[in-house]
Amino acid sequence: MERISNRQLATLPIEFKLNGRTVAGRPDETIIECARRHGVEIPHLCYSPSLRPDGNCRACVVEIKGERALAPSCCRYPAQGMEVTTDGARARTSQKMVLELLLSDMPGREYTRSSELDAWARKLGVGEPRFRRREQPAQDVSHPAIAVNLDACIQCTRCLRACREAQVNDVIGYAWRGEHSKIVFDFDDPMGASTCVACGECVQACPTGALMPARGAGMAQIDKTVDSVCPFCGVGCQLTYHVKDNVIQFVTGRDGPSNHGRLCVKGRYGFDYAHHPHRLTKPLIRKPGAKKDPEAAVKPGAWSEVFREATWEEALDLAAKGLRDIKARDPYALAGFGSAKGSNEEAYLFQKLVRTGFGTNNVDHCTRLCHASSVAALMEGLNSGAVSNQVNDVMNAEVVLLIGANPTVNHPVAATWIKNAVKKGVKLILADPRRTELARLATHVLQFRPDMDVALLNAMLNVIVTEGLVNEQFVKDRTSGYDALRENVKAFTPEKMAPLCGIPAGKIREVARLYASSKGSMILWGMGISQHVHGTDNARCLIALCLSTGQIGRPGTGLHPLRGQNNVQGASDSGLIPMVFPDYQRVDNPEAGKRFEALWGAKLDRKPGLTVVEIVNAAFEGKVRGMYIMGENPAMSDPEAEHAREALARLEHLVVQDIFLTETAALADVVLPASAWPEKTGTVTNTDRMVQLGRPALAPPGEAREDLWILNELGRRLGLAWNYQHPKQVFEEMRKGMNSIAGITWERLERDSVVTYPCENEGDPGQPVVFTEVFPTATGRAKFVPAADLIPAAERPDDEYPMVLITGRQLEHWHTGAITRRSGVLDAIEPEPTASFHPLDLVALGAQPGDVVTVQSRRGKISLFARADEATPSGAVFIPFCYYEAAANVLTNPVLDPFGKIPEFKYCAVKVTRGGKRPGDPGYGKGRSLAEMPG
Amino acid sequence: MRRVRDNRRVNGGRKLRFGPKGRDIDPKALAEVQALLDAARRDADPRRRDQLIENLHLIQDRYGCLAAPHLAALAREMRLALAEVFEVATFYHHFDVVKEGEPLPATLTVRVCDSLSCELAGAQELLAKLPQALGCDVRVVAAPCVGRCEVAPCAVVGQNPVARASVASVQKAVRAGETRCAETQYVDYRGYRKRGGYRLIADCLAGKRTRDEITKIMEDSGLRGLGGAGFPAGRKWRIVAAEPAPRLMALNIDEGEPGTFKDRWYLERDPHRFLEGMLVAAWCAGVGEIYVYLRDEYAGCRKILEDEMRKLKASPPCALPPIHLRRGAGAYICGEESAMIESIEGKRGMPRLRPPYVAQVGLFDYPTLEHNMETVYWVREIVERGAAWFAAQGRNGRKGLRSFSVSGRVKRPGVHLAPAGITVVDLINEHCGGMLEGHDFYGYLPGGASGGILPASMGHIPLDFDTLQPHGCFIGSAAIVILSSRDKAAAAARNLMKFFRDESCGQCTPCRVGTAKALGLMDEKRWNQPLLQELSQAMMDASICGLGQAAPNPALCVMKYFPHEVQ
Repeated sequence: MERISNRQLATLPIEFKLNGRTVAGRPDETIIECARRHGVEIPHLCYSPSLRPDGNCRACVVEIKGERALAPSCCRYPAQGMEVTTDGARARTSQKMVLELLLSDMPGREYTRSSELDAWARKLGVGEPRFRRREQPAQDVSHPAIAVNLDACIQCTRCLRACREAQVNDVIGYAWRGEHSKIVFDFDDPMGASTCVACGECVQACPTGALMPARGAGMAQIDKTVDSVCPFCGVGCQLTYHVKDNVIQFVTGRDGPSNHGRLCVKGRYGFDYAHHPHRLTKPLIRKPGAKKDPEAAVKPGAWSEVFREATWEEALDLAAKGLRDIKARDPYALAGFGSAKGSNEEAYLFQKLVRTGFGTNNVDHCTRLCHASSVAALMEGLNSGAVSNQVNDVMNAEVVLLIGANPTVNHPVAATWIKNAVKKGVKLILADPRRTELARLATHVLQFRPDMDVALLNAMLNVIVTEGLVNEQFVKDRTSGYDALRENVKAFTPEKMAPLCGIPAGKIREVARLYASSKGSMILWGMGISQHVHGTDNARCLIALCLSTGQIGRPGTGLHPLRGQNNVQGASDSGLIPMVFPDYQRVDNPEAGKRFEALWGAKLDRKPGLTVVEIVNAAFEGKVRGMYIMGENPAMSDPEAEHAREALARLEHLVVQDIFLTETAALADVVLPASAWPEKTGTVTNTDRMVQLGRPALAPPGEAREDLWILNELGRRLGLAWNYQHPKQVFEEMRKGMNSIAGITWERLERDSVVTYPCENEGDPGQPVVFTEVFPTATGRAKFVPAADLIPAAERPDDEYPMVLITGRQLEHWHTGAITRRSGVLDAIEPEPTASFHPLDLVALGAQPGDVVTVQSRRGKISLFARADEATPSGAVFIPFCYYEAAANVLTNPVLDPFGKIPEFKYCAVKVTRGGKRPGDPGYGKGRSLAEMPG
Repeated sequence: MRRVRDNRRVNGGRKLRFGPKGRDIDPKALAEVQALLDAARRDADPRRRDQLIENLHLIQDRYGCLAAPHLAALAREMRLALAEVFEVATFYHHFDVVKEGEPLPATLTVRVCDSLSCELAGAQELLAKLPQALGCDVRVVAAPCVGRCEVAPCAVVGQNPVARASVASVQKAVRAGETRCAETQYVDYRGYRKRGGYRLIADCLAGKRTRDEITKIMEDSGLRGLGGAGFPAGRKWRIVAAEPAPRLMALNIDEGEPGTFKDRWYLERDPHRFLEGMLVAAWCAGVGEIYVYLRDEYAGCRKILEDEMRKLKASPPCALPPIHLRRGAGAYICGEESAMIESIEGKRGMPRLRPPYVAQVGLFDYPTLEHNMETVYWVREIVERGAAWFAAQGRNGRKGLRSFSVSGRVKRPGVHLAPAGITVVDLINEHCGGMLEGHDFYGYLPGGASGGILPASMGHIPLDFDTLQPHGCFIGSAAIVILSSRDKAAAAARNLMKFFRDESCGQCTPCRVGTAKALGLMDEKRWNQPLLQELSQAMMDASICGLGQAAPNPALCVMKYFPHEVQ
């Protein structure tokens, strides 16, 4: 792309002749694009509008008068007066010969129903090839997601460009030369043994079926395609479901503003959980006398020992009655957990049900477990919890500071924008105790000691304050409280902090200067920042970095906490938080109270409710007696999971609404079978503040119902005069209470699929960058809040528990694994629980990779397989928390950040020993999901 | 089935992975690669992207192959993707990539040139007999033109080219362990300066000559690029000088066109004449940094250039720009100017699409003055003797001198400096001592593998740029291969098409697939001429670079001028 940039500077329109006709073109638009605009089709194979043109297939050659050879129209730009012929005898001879040469090497069998080569050959009337076929390479089916049929490969390198230049996963290469040239993975390894992360971008790019969804899924005759949004992370990729006989056959990326056609392994291959035989298809009621055993392994396939099937009437009546009975005694003994996996409309109705049906604010969801501290700091400093700039704004930055986040795993498509930016020359400062994959591309890698965020960040602030890097004008005009910050960070010199955080003082100075003095610096962070007892302090430091240097309020700057769940932004916006009504209007703010009392026609409690961990503790103590949980799995996701399970088991009445019999549902009195994401209509809001519309592709199985219907029915049985028939009615009501989305109409969502908020008035375009003039605080100024102390983790390693446990996620699994471990491909790639160690630590343990090790904390112990991974810092162990049979949260420490009330998932002390019991069987996953799928 | 090493292990009947995806890094291999890189004495950071090919040479030279663990370690050290290293390593003939479980190559390789001149002289017989004669400790492989056609057949033992090779002489060299290229007598730095060398460039830098003056001399002399394309040298300097700085220069000594050996010939005799011309050209075009790309087959020339450039830099006659010597790795295509640039950047030698031209966007995307070695070799003499002197050379209305690399069935093959426009008949008779005994002049290749084949009856065409085009041929690098009545033009064309198939970079369809399919058609006793014509047209019209565009020339000439051979 660099090479043509000079040419692209010229943008004045020009005229040239296309097949004898004078047409208007632009010097920055290739001939093939311009021709298409003028209704002239030119055959092409290696050209794809979403990829850098490469001009290698030569199917698109055209004749340019006066030139000796033909020119590739995908790479050439028209010039004033140029005479271009696309369909003359000379050009056609070459175009057809190229197609014939490629056709002659095609296998007898077909791998796709939409071969572009076949389509062009038909259009141009290319007959039976007259050349002998090459020797064909063998098929590679080593990968569970993707079949590699190189006999159908035409070496157009679209896959390579997709892998290397779009996704920057850098797995595919073009090796050897001449007629032996070959698309390879790593060192010409089987795809399944390579570094491939199965984003499937190559499959989407391949024009001939040489790369296809495994097991022939690409050959299915599709009944319908449905445009929707990915149900996994907060990036909010738009996608299309391809459906046959009410079964999703495969998924393709759609050109949404956050993904531009890209997807990751979860979004592209993790859809079949919706078809898993463990789906709940009938309401279940706990059998009389069936004990709630928090320690019993869940048997999702054999629930009949504990539950019996019921009609919806019976189940809903029973669910409501239990809740009503407890409310009659003490409304504060009720609580609800909504979910960031549901839609905005579901989240809104859920919190409305709790607030008007239970009559308290005891409603929360997993935002508490991910970014509560970030939001606390952002609300305190800027009075806004959402991102200031969208992820792909990194392309406009000069410097990106990425801290405590591993987006290649947790936000894979967001990571692609960061990688694209780095390839374009943006400098990446990567700060993380783990040496994550982006380290290979980063300009500076700060592998600091776990728990030492504030030491590192305050030292950077010290450099900014003492070296004259402060943007004085910005600080004077737009902030308050700077003096306190300046005084506070004086003591935190890089030299003093270096031994604590493990980063040399010179390096701290270098990156602080780089961040402060660039034309645009953007900060993105994840749970490495938030999930600490000092999570709020961590985020305060990041806010101070950007305020002190004025790196906010412009494109390519700002603050971006990468939101985890697909709708954690939206669920929070919709009020699924105990201290605020929708749109972060505090429940103790009288005006807000009046506004919602008027909107909902109900008396509202003005006392903030309990948060997730507080509710669980209250349940343990018997203060909370009844709960309604929609789509959450606290038995797996909460810290000190055994305690959480015990607390849930002690509830007098637990109603769980979910699609599987989760570890939480197993402890319920009533289980309501709900709808999976591809089975319903609703909006979700991604990390970029984009409200996007999901559309139903499937009918729910059996008697499973849409969540909104269940909510409505339960609401009615709790005495609410509800009659919500469709999500758009709910959305209309939300607009009345939420200024941020007041301008978004359902019709616009149906038309555009996405609108960015703030969008206060109908027709507003939406604001990708906010805080450009003022901050949404009372004074219009943002507030510095210094992180005064180096608060240590609540539980530091000691002689007895000498290692640090860091929990997190892995690429293939989502949250507690309930859906991803029931997705064939994802389960096949990551079937078993593992603990990652630095290779030398593993040697010190006397263990080999693959050995069973036992990890024990003061709260519990688990056994799982050891993995050697140089990314893990010495002295630490990393465990993903999605495996029931070795649940990391059995070990974690339930201490909370005092402001965000978020538990310290990222740090606790453990001891590790070699050996232990092999991880058991939770009844799902373990690499068998593929076999369990119907069809 | 080859065993592929990965870090998955079978556990309970299923394959589980106990490390990150893909290969582990072998700590021992990593330490070895780190040691090599740390010990590399270079003027650039050995971990920089463009150093990849140099680093692959380091490993290949030290360990005799590129083992997968070393490649993985190198990728780690250079912060490259595994595929990025692998695709470059597998592109070049001189790298032996060995994956886990594959046998190591023999410690000694004998490369037998099987390009046309050597094949005429019996290369196939050598290839057939040598493996048995040398035993299994020696690997015998066919190699594309090694640039020693005047002593055909040539077999290269390690890096030692054995002239007029026979089974016995190769055996002798192998047994004696003679694997290094013999040193030649040449004008060294002191000798060159003694004879007035480097006075010109010193004068230039001292302000005694102007850029415009020197450039004008080049324009007036009519000196054209001698790598094959024939672009006027002076005009090229002006074009590059008009581009914004920084500007770079790339010297092309990837002399791989079968039949061509003039660049080597001159380098082995007077290397500083080349270096001074290069410096003058760089000065005229305002170039700040110079890259010299030398084909790996020319190990002897590499030694000469390394030694002499060291001397030059140690006591420079004037301020010198940075000069880097880069080593090819066995790829004909890297003689194509943009492929060479890709190779210097440490990548696969795949030609770039033009526009933009390398003069505008070249090496590392900077404006680049790209020259064949011989073009600048003439600069000093032309300046000293005047443009008129050079222009006055020539015959049959043509201007200047040409260095003809003549091989094949003549008595005195070699580089013959002759007037441009000389006919092949005169060249044979006046310079080459006539045809070999018992051989009658049958036909000739006027421009190496790419320039087509003409019959003896057309032996009176002046040999120069532009004179052969009307006949479907061109002079290119002036590599003349003489065929006799004992030879077949069709066989020669097959040899050439096989060469193109093997040397195609694989980037574009017409060349990658076209050369292979064309060879298939030419293997038939009777050619399917209409289909071959049709295919040739598409290759000429639609290939990205000169390789694919010119590859059909020999076949087209056979159909046109030697039709009796293929009917």
